[in-house]
Amino acid sequence: MSKEDLEKRTVYSPEGEPIEIDPLNDYFLDLRPESYAPRNGVIEQFANWARAESLWVLGFGTGCGAIEMRPLMTPRFDAYRFGIQWRPTPRQSSVFVISGYLSVKTLKRVIRSYEQMQNPKFVVALGSCTINGGMYWDSYNTINRLDHYLPVDVYITGCMPRPEALLAGFEELKKRIKAGKGDGANKYADNFDWYKANQKKIIKDWDMPDYNW
Amino acid sequence: MEFQIDQVIGNLNELFGGKDHHRQRKGLDFITIPKEQAVAAITYLSNPEGFKHLVLLTAVDWLEQGQFQLTYLLNNPDNKQDLGIRVLIPRDQAVMDSIHDLWGQAATYQRELREMFGIHFPGSPRVDQPFILEGWDGPPPYRRDFDTKKYAEETYFPRPGRSSNDPTEYMKHQLYPDE
Repeated sequence: MSKEDLEKRTVYSPEGEPIEIDPLNDYFLDLRPESYAPRNGVIEQFANWARAESLWVLGFGTGCGAIEMRPLMTPRFDAYRFGIQWRPTPRQSSVFVISGYLSVKTLKRVIRSYEQMQNPKFVVALGSCTINGGMYWDSYNTINRLDHYLPVDVYITGCMPRPEALLAGFEELKKRIKAGKGDGANKYADNFDWYKANQKKIIKDWDMPDYNW
Repeated sequence: MEFQIDQVIGNLNELFGGKDHHRQRKGLDFITIPKEQAVAAITYLSNPEGFKHLVLLTAVDWLEQGQFQLTYLLNNPDNKQDLGIRVLIPRDQAVMDSIHDLWGQAATYQRELREMFGIHFPGSPRVDQPFILEGWDGPPPYRRDFDTKKYAEETYFPRPGRSSNDPTEYMKHQLYPDE
């Protein structure tokens, strides 16, 4: 969708009737995200076990770290045996692996994709670039701290981390989910204004709705 | 007639005021052409001299001299000859003629130079549209007087407590701790 498609305009029906459309309001629901309360006891535990054992990763390589996710899929490291598999679209996935540095331009796409993922969703930040900027810490166009824009569940340090480190990170994520601590989406909903203010501070041409369902 | 690079250089010197010819190696030459003559010289090289391929167009910021240096690297595939045309333009009034009508892909280079260095190419297609940066409102980031570290610190929430070492000092200390 390009910028012109988002502008208010008049279109004509086949009968020639003018129709006013305002894509940002007509095509998107402007509801804020809501945090959800965990269910009681054993039901939530069972749900968390199920979530932890089938992590579906969004295949979105933002930076050079994406190169480490390929060997992870293939027989040598074979993440599939841990219930981790890669999905092509945000709406099918539950884990967002931010693989390396994020430029401002990519961050915009990342936010759109993250907000389209369904709850519960988790963010794994890969490499030192997502922690403090890494080797791009003084770059004019890459962010320094991912946790100012998205809630991060697990950090994996390294530049680049080996596939073994990623597997360890996924194990850590599983532990957190099973312990009921994988509540990044709730954190995002509760601190929505703070996250939005940070995102809008660096994304200068904000041309999308505030929350992308 | 046999293709002779020295003949071409001689013509450039004579017709277009070329100077500072420099032969990097066999098959790669550089020459500086005045700004006013540059597009005419490039047109002459593309036809009839057979430099029909534009390899790249890039810029260097000579901050101390107050100049930008544009480098047009042309290639003559039939005679295996590269020729770099250097053009110096003033830094405070960075405008250059467009060559998009010779090579369409030059428009993309010129768009990038417009965004990254703030060098304007009037008439080049889509030259004012953002190329890589979206919604950039600072100064052109590849100019050498743009302080990228300061900009990043003010913009991107640097994580406190980050420290860095000077690589030379650090390795000296690691390898020869007694000295």
